[in-house]
Parts: sequence; structure tokens; C-alpha cells
Amino acid sequence: MTLSFGFDLSLAVLTLAVAGYAIGARESFASVVAFISYGVLLALVWVRLSAVDVALTEAAIGSGVTGALLIGAAAKVGEGAVDAPRSVRGAGRLLTALFCIATTLGIATAFLSLPEKAPTLAPLAAEHLPSTGLGNPVTAVLLSYRAIDTLLESVVLVFAVVGVWTFASDRDWGGRPESPGKDRPEQPLTFLGQILPPLGILVGVHLVWTGATEPGGAFQGGTVLAAAWILVMAAGLRKPPSIEGAWLRFALIGGPALFLGVGVAGFALAKAFLAYPEGHSKAFILVIEAALTFSIAIALGLLALGAPGRKGHP
Amino acid sequence: MTLAIDAFTILCVCGGLFFFLTGAIALLRFPDTLTRLHALTKADSLGLGLIVLGLLPQCDGFLAAAKLILIWAIAQLGGATLSQLIARIAAIENSKP
Amino acid sequence: MNAVTLAGLAGAALIGMGLFGLVTHSHILRKIVAFNVIGSGVFLLFGAVARRGAASGLNADPVPQALVITGIVVAFSATALAVALLLRYFKEVGSPFLADDPGAGASQPDHERP
Repeated sequence: MTLSFGFDLSLAVLTLAVAGYAIGARESFASVVAFISYGVLLALVWVRLSAVDVALTEAAIGSGVTGALLIGAAAKVGEGAVDAPRSVRGAGRLLTALFCIATTLGIATAFLSLPEKAPTLAPLAAEHLPSTGLGNPVTAVLLSYRAIDTLLESVVLVFAVVGVWTFASDRDWGGRPESPGKDRPEQPLTFLGQILPPLGILVGVHLVWTGATEPGGAFQGGTVLAAAWILVMAAGLRKPPSIEGAWLRFALIGGPALFLGVGVAGFALAKAFLAYPEGHSKAFILVIEAALTFSIAIALGLLALGAPGRKGHP
Repeated sequence: MTLAIDAFTILCVCGGLFFFLTGAIALLRFPDTLTRLHALTKADSLGLGLIVLGLLPQCDGFLAAAKLILIWAIAQLGGATLSQLIARIAAIENSKP
Repeated sequence: MNAVTLAGLAGAALIGMGLFGLVTHSHILRKIVAFNVIGSGVFLLFGAVARRGAASGLNADPVPQALVITGIVVAFSATALAVALLLRYFKEVGSPFLADDPGAGASQPDHERP
């Protein structure tokens, strides 16, 4: 057993143990905290799989923003009454456990019996990389080869925001979501909310810019910007926006709209939907990424804030 | 020269790991929130500081080194603020009868 | 046994664990956490497959990686929607648990006046 495999093995055991705690913990708050640590450990696993882009996304979105969302929800709903239906017990629990073990064994068998020579699209992705002007093959897949997926994904984010807003009561429609912080935030938090956002904007823009050649990209950068925005609101420096604000709605759909516009313009410029004119791919991709980053940041922030509520009403 | 730099890195990173380990043990062994917090923040800032210090000579170029220092600074800021917030809540809980 | 196989097996184990939590817990937030564990297990399987497809100087096949990045963002959107649904349910019912009998424990919403 080599040293590097020993590291991978202990990382895998630790990740599974923390995931197990997130599932089995007695309190829901402890479960959410374990889930956040699990996300960070999982990001390390992704680095070990040479997927640094995914590691950044997992750390930022899978662990970070999801964690903020779940912690907020845990604080609001609490642990519930003691006499509430707790969970499946007795024979049903045993049967469920057996079924889940069977599922795991089935997937593991399927994975172990994959063909020896793995099918791969890496040679194709590498071959056409120069034509995109990019250096990061994952960004090339996201914004050039499979740009339609990314376009639809950015639309999914907008739909999710609309979906979350529909859970508002009728009388709260047009109001503001509740602030993620307390009514009177602690002074150290206010200090952090003043000093960290400029750094956050720097890091976010850097992640998008560097995403063309190195790991990074619009989603990772956008998440850092969203985190800076959420921190400013949690520190009580800005109120959450009213969902009827015209600028907010424009910012939310601006990125996907520009993406779609460039896609349609592809018919005229390069004779196909979402095709970029030859030799100018990189410039087009960077413009789309910049607009997309801003819209993703707004969408992620709004999703973390949730539906407009009573307390947030103007 | 390379050997000396590598030895410096190994020494600093091992020192950092030692402080992380003591911090983790203290987190598990100390009796209440405030003592745990005290041990953890000390161990963490010293541990992370030593690891970043050890890795600095290994960076190729000024930008990579600047990123490491930025990461260290953000972690310090976040850690200090969080321990303040946790300590305040612990103090409020303690003052309750 | 190598690191890639290990990641694939860990993914399979995560799916099983998440499934168990999803079925056995009655606290809705716990179900949401468990569902996210299942999702990350599926992503990890993808990651192992991507690493197996290393070729042409790339350490991993970029196509599954891009799919996983898309997947993580969509999973977050779904989680945000689920949490919004949970918070609304909690506001109406006053409990974060799914009632055994639909309708039992659910009080009439009294503040939805036009």
C-alpha cells in the first residue's frame, strides 16, 4: 500500500464517517453542520480525482451556499415536538437497511464490472480545444461544446427563484425576504461584512477570469460573489431586496438573456444556434461568462434568501 | 540551497500539523465551549500560519505566494469573527441561571 | 484496488446511506440532507468514471466533469425549492415532521385571506 493510497483510503473513510453522522445524528442542526463538513471533505476527494473545477463547485455550492440555506432552515424549524412521529422503527427499519445495502452492493458491482478500457471523450475535447481559444477543457465543454446545457442550466436557476417566490403568502407578495441575520447584528459580524466583500469580489472575478485557462469559471466565481452579498445582508449593512425591484429582475435574467441572444445571433454569424464566429470564440465566451456570473450570483443569493416573508415586509 | 528550503518547508508544515493535532485533541477533551474555543483558535491560527509559511518558499512566482497569503488572511478574519460570535452566545448561555 | 475504484465504491456507499436516511427520517430537513448525500454519491460515481477516462494528456474526461458541475448547481436549485416548501409547510402545520396520516395534524390555514 503506497502512501498516496493510504491518504485516499483515510480520506474516504473520514468522508463516509462524516456523511454517516449527517444521516444518523440525533439533532437536525448537528446533521446540517456535519453535512457542511462532509461537503468540504468531498471537495478534497474531487481534488484527488484530478477534478479541481468540480472541487471548487462542490466547496462553493455543494457545501457553502447549500450549507447556509440548510442552517437557516434548521434555525427556523427547530427539532420539532418530542411526541412527533420520529422515524421508521423495528422491522421496517431493518428491512430498509437491507434494501439500502442491496442498492449499494448492486451499484458497486456495476461499477466494478465496467469495461476495462473506459470510453472517453477526452481526446475529442483536447483536439478541438485550440479552436475555442480556451485552455481549460471543462470550461470548453461548459461554454462551447455543450453550451446548450449551460444555457438551460442558467434558466433552471431563474425558474428555481420563481418557484421559491411562489411559496410566499399572497399578502407578502412584492415584499422582501427575511434578512439572513439578526435584527441587531453583532459588531464583529458587521466588521467582517465591511472588510470581506471587497476581497470576495476580487476572488470571484479572479475565479471567472482564470476559468478560461485554469480551474474556475462562472459558477464558482458567481457563488463567491453571492456569498459576499449574503454576508453583507447578514451583517445588516443592506436589506434584502424587494422582489418587485425592476433592476433585480433585470439582473436575474440578464445573463441567460444575453446567452440566448448570442445563441440566436449564431445563426447569422456562424450558421448554427450557439455557434461562435471562427477565431472570436474566446471573446464571445468571456462576455457570456461575465454576464452569466452576475446573474448566477443574484440567483444564488435570492435562492439562499428564500421567499418574501412577513417580517421582511416593507 | 534547495535542500535547505525543503527542510524549512518540512519543519514548518510538521509544526503546523502538530498545532492542528493539539487543537483537535483539545476540542475533544476540554470541558466547555469557552476553553475549547480558546484552544482551537490558538492552535488554528498558529497551525495554518506555520503551514502557509512553510509552503511560501515552494511557490513559483509572486502571484502564487500572494494567493497563499490572501487565503491565510481570509481564514484569520473568518476565524477571529466566528470565535467572537460563538463566545458571545456562550457567554449569554452561561449567564442564564 | 486503486484511488479511482475507491471513489466509485465510496459513491455507491453514499447512495445507500443517503437512501436509508431519506426513508427512515420523518423530519423533512433530515430528508433533504439525506437526499443531498444521495446526489453527491451519484456525482462521485461520475467523478470516478471521468478519472477512468483520462486520455490525451488530460487527467480526467472533461465531459462528465462538466455534467457534475451542472448537476451540483441544479441540485442546489432543487434543495432551495425543497427548503422553501418546508418553510411554508412549517408555517401552515407548525411542525417539521411529515404527518403519518395526510390531513392529521394539519391545521386549517387561517391567514390566507384574499
